This record gives sequence, structure tokens and C-alpha cells, in this order.
Amino acid sequence: MASAPKEPVQFSGAGPLNAPISGVLTWVDQRFPLMSLWRDHLSQYYAPKNFNFWYFFGSLAMLVLVIQIVTGIFLVMHYKPSAAEAFASVEYIMRDVPAGWFIRYMHSTGASAFFIVIYLHMFRGLMYGSYRQPRELIWIFGMLIYLCLMAEAFFGYLLPWGQMSFWGAQVIINLFDALPLIGPDLSTWIRGDFVISDATLNRFFAFHVIAIPLVLLGLVAAHIMALHEVGSNNPDGVEIKQHKDAKGIPLDGIPFHPYYTVKDIVGVVVFLFLFFGVVFFMPEMGGYFLEFNNFIPADALKTPPHIAPVWYFTPYYSILRAITEDFMLVLAIGVAAYSLLIWLTARNQLVKMAALAIGFVVIVLMKGGPLAIEAKVWGVAMMGAATLIFFLLPWLDRSPVKSIRYKGPRFKAALTIFVIVFLVLGYYGTQTVTPAGTVISQIGTLIYFSFFLLMPWYSAMDKTKPVPDRVTM
Amino acid sequence: MVKNMNLKKLIAVILFAPSLVFAAGDHIKLDKAPIDLKDEASLQRGARHFVNYCLNCHNASFMRFNRLRDIGLTDQQIIDNLVFTGVKVGDLMKVAMDPKDSKAWFGAAPPELSLIARSRASEAGSGADWLYSYLRSFYRDAERPTGWNNTVFPNVGMPHVLWELQGEQVMAERKVQGPGFEKTEHVLKLDKPGKMSPVEYDQMVADLVNYLVFMAEPARSSRTTIGIFVLFALSLLFILAYALKKEYWKDVH
Repeated sequence: MASAPKEPVQFSGAGPLNAPISGVLTWVDQRFPLMSLWRDHLSQYYAPKNFNFWYFFGSLAMLVLVIQIVTGIFLVMHYKPSAAEAFASVEYIMRDVPAGWFIRYMHSTGASAFFIVIYLHMFRGLMYGSYRQPRELIWIFGMLIYLCLMAEAFFGYLLPWGQMSFWGAQVIINLFDALPLIGPDLSTWIRGDFVISDATLNRFFAFHVIAIPLVLLGLVAAHIMALHEVGSNNPDGVEIKQHKDAKGIPLDGIPFHPYYTVKDIVGVVVFLFLFFGVVFFMPEMGGYFLEFNNFIPADALKTPPHIAPVWYFTPYYSILRAITEDFMLVLAIGVAAYSLLIWLTARNQLVKMAALAIGFVVIVLMKGGPLAIEAKVWGVAMMGAATLIFFLLPWLDRSPVKSIRYKGPRFKAALTIFVIVFLVLGYYGTQTVTPAGTVISQIGTLIYFSFFLLMPWYSAMDKTKPVPDRVTM
Repeated sequence: MVKNMNLKKLIAVILFAPSLVFAAGDHIKLDKAPIDLKDEASLQRGARHFVNYCLNCHNASFMRFNRLRDIGLTDQQIIDNLVFTGVKVGDLMKVAMDPKDSKAWFGAAPPELSLIARSRASEAGSGADWLYSYLRSFYRDAERPTGWNNTVFPNVGMPHVLWELQGEQVMAERKVQGPGFEKTEHVLKLDKPGKMSPVEYDQMVADLVNYLVFMAEPARSSRTTIGIFVLFALSLLFILAYALKKEYWKDVH
């Protein structure tokens, strides 16, 4: 700045710096829709002004995704995806790579943090009916993200090549072995070998570091694009776009930037406080984030006495273990009762007949003597169904209102019980099998599925409260 | 209302059931290990015991000798006092014993010890508690090939390497007054004293376990030190972030 400009600069913005910046912006904007993206997704994306605590978890999920990608890149620089070297390379990262332990603990804590944040994010959706029309696709994209996340966690968990990595993968891959006809060939195809080996580790590495993250990022983009197309829901479940001012701006909307960016920074700081509290002071989290057995290198000849998946899979693991041979009768009776319920309440003749026919086939496959499929296969099917059933929520919820604030006691009770059952199933999934634990898991499994399958009835029967016209603060 | 009551009962049963099952679980009682990672003298004594007594059969193949600088030793001190096999100070702690031989001698290859203090943790206690209890629970058992058994790790392949120091314990029976009847308890009793008194031996094991905990995660003390600064910085950032949010949100009603 030795020679000052001779002519006074024409300022277009508030400060002198804006002149050169806006010049650059104009140049870029003529070639790329930078400012319109900024406006559409941040400065002129109008979000309801009544977001509460539960609305932090969407942006926090993005933050954890970034943490996982960045720490993951640094881990891959030192990690060796080979059965002979993997375990030692992780310890090399923990001991010899500068700040390697910090990167690794961020990544391992991040995996659990991701699931905590996503579970709370999903719970928010359940409470406020964020999956309801017109946001069905946002929910479906979100569920696909959740499935990707589970795949990502599963593939990633093999990589440290500890005992739990090895035997956890063994248990899950053997589930495919249970499938009729194609099972054994399918599980061999997944492993790339007859046992879990170097080949398995290498392909899991490929899925973990490139295949799944690529799909995940695409789905996150789709999730946000769909959200910004229809606009955010809010704790009142009111559509803010129904009341706009003369300029077409929702009366109850505020621009995402700066209002929610500054608010989300507060959420980010609180989250990071808890996150780094774990990273620095309890990275193992009592064996829940890093399992103790996983500090022993994988040994194909030594089966650990107790194999438990990481905590975020344990509700589903409980459901898998709950489906025993003597529980099949209860399940068959449940299916019979459910088809009868549809037959009694459906108005469409075709639906009535279909319910009875499908119910009959399922019961035969469950309990039909020589035609019955073994309980192990049903366990796998039920576990799969337990994750996939979330997809149906937008069509199962028949309540005239979206938000729990205006829903009746039936839905509130159902959601409360569902959350408790989810936690209880999660707890039993971490424990060794006991007779009492199995019975409780079986009751939990029935309640888990009832929450979804009976929703069309209890949500429609509920006494709802009148929904206000505008959002409440 | 009746329905509601049943619901509440069901919730109560589901919530309390875990504690019942938990109580039924059978765990070995472990002693709390009196360790202190800030006590460099204890860690150094522990390192000496480790290379003298453990590093003849067990590997610590993820641990480098010169990492002992973290517990206040110089490279020269490490070479002079702790490296017996002539390897370089930057080398990993490996032993020459062939795993095939050790398997033939003990029935199983001696486990790798770099991470033993982490992998031995369980619901019953930390890995340190397990090691501290284990190393003090050997007793004479004529039925075992090595002549030794252990209450924490029944039928363990390892003989009591520290027997000269601790002496020989035997399994003794003791009559105790139960609730309304007499019952027999099995307790360990020092039969022949060793070179150390029981107090000295416990202290020696505590030093060794302290070292094993350090070795399982050498970065642990710097981790907690850095952590305090990070959390402090985040607390300050929270004040700023919260003030910024308040300022922006003044006009939202």
C-alpha cells in the first residue's frame, strides 16, 4: 500500500475491503452460482424461529462427519490394511506418530458420537413428526444415511484387527450364512475367503475409506437439498410457509445465517466440550467406545468368551438373539393377531384378503412343521426388519397433527415406551445371554415392532389438541 | 386407568430387571491397584522389575526402550540399566524365545504385554486391578505341571516367577460363621516367607503394575494434561459464542 489510489474508490459495501472482494465475487458469480447458493442455503434460507435444543443435532452430525473424514485421512496415512501389520500399525499410530493417539481417539470417539448424535436427531424427527408429508423424502434420505453409517461402522470396526474386530465381524458375516440356499456361498463371497482373513480386511478397508463415504456424502447432499426445498419442520409442526409477508418471506422464519449459524456455534462448543472430555479423559468409555478385548490382536484360534458388538448395534443384536426356537410360537400368534386386526379394520376388500394370505404364508414359514424356516434365519430377518421399519414411518403415522406437543396420550406413551425399550434392548445386547435377559429381550422385541405396526391405529385414535396457526416460542 | 397401571408396572419391570441380572453375575473379587502414573520413581522401579522378571519370556513388541524417557530416564541410563540384549535404544522390547518352544514348555505362548493393562480390564475392575490381584494370587498346587496355580487366573500356564520374593502361598481352608451356620472359605496363606515381607512384595507388584499401565498407553499423562487446556479453552469459547448468539438474537421475538 505504498502508493495510495489517486481516485477515491467507489465503495459498494459497508467497509473498504468489500470493493475488491465484490469484484472477485462478480467474476466468480458470472461463472459459478456462488452467491445464489449462499443465499438459497444460508443467508436467505428461512428457518422457523422456534427451534429448540433438539435442533442442534443436524448440524452436529455434519460436524462429526467432517471430524471423521479429516481424522480418517490422517489415520490412512499410517495405517496398514494387512492382517499381518494392521494391529501393529494402529499401535504405531498410538505410540510413534506425533499426536497419533489424538487423531485415533478422535476417530474412535467420533464413531460413537456419530451414533449418539444421529439417534438424538432421529428422536427429534419422531417427536415433532419431521417425517410427515411433505418431508417423506428427507426422512428416507436420512434413513439411507443411517444405514450407510451402520455399514461404515461395521467395516471400520474390523480395521484395528483386534479380537473384537475379528470375532464381531465373524458373528455378523455368519448371519448371512444362515440364509437359505445362497447363505454359505454368499458369506464366502463377502469374506473373499473361507475364513475372515487378509482378503476380508482389504475389502473392508476399501468399503470403509472410499465406497461408503462416497455414498454417504451424496446422501447428505440429497438430505439437505430436499430439506431446503420444502423447508424445515419445527417443534410445533406448523408450516411456516403458509404465512408470508409481502416480500414472500415466512413471518415465522429467520434467515439461517446469521441466526442459526451463531446459535449452532454454541451447540458446537458444548458438543466439543463433551467430545474432547471423552477423547482426553475416557477414550475407552468404560469399554463401550473401545472394547477391552480389542487390545488383543485378532486370533482365529481363540474365541473370546463373550462377543458383543459396539453399543450402537446392540438393540438390533438383542432382537437377533431374542428370536429363539421356542419364541417362534409367540411370533406366529403375533402375526395371526396382526393379520386379523388388518382384516377387521381395513375397508378395502383386497387389503383384507392380502392381509390374511400374507399372514397365513408367514405363519406357515414360522411354525409350519416341515415348511418352517429355522429361528436363526427369522432372527436375521427380524433384525433387518427392525432397522428398515423406520422407512415406513411417514405412512404409519395417521395422526392429524405432526408434533408431539399436540398429539394425544397414546402417542406420547408409545414413544416413551419405545425409547425405554430401545435402551433396554441396547443394554441386553452388551451382556452375555441369560434366561431372564432373553425373556426381557423377547418382550422388548414385541414392543419394538408394536410401536411401528400398531401406529396406524393408535395414532389415528388419539385425542389431539388444536394446532396453533403460527409457531410458539 | 387399569391399562395405564399395567403399563407402568411393565416399565418398572423392564427398568429394574438389569440390576437383578447384574447382581446374579459372578465376578472374581479384585483388589484395587494402588498405582500413580505421576510417581516417576515407582514407574522406574516398575520398569526395572519388568525387564528383569517379565521381558525374558514376554514380548512388549509395541514398546520402544527409548520411550522410557517419558518416565524420566536418559538414553544412557536406559542402555546401561535396562537393555540386556545389546539391541539399540530405539528398538522394540522383544525377546528371543521362540513361540514354538514356549508353547511346548508352558502349554501356551506367553501373551504380549504392551497392552496387557488395557486388555485385562473388565466389569470386575481395571486392567491394573486385575494384574495387581493376579500377581499376588499364586499358590502351590501339586496337581499343576508347573506346581503353581492362581485364584484370579485358574490353571494358568505361567509358573510363579516372583516366588523367591513373595514366598510360597498355599490354599487354606477357614471356617467362618455364616448366617446361622458355619461355612468353609478358601483363602490364600503364606506358607514359606520369601525375601520380601508381604508389604514389600505388594509395593513391588504395585510398581510393576504402575509401569505396565504406563506402557499400555505412554501418551496417557500428556493426554490428560492437554485435555485440561482444551476444555478450559472451550469454556472460554463458550462464553464468547453464547454472548454472540444473545447479541444476534436480541431482535427475534
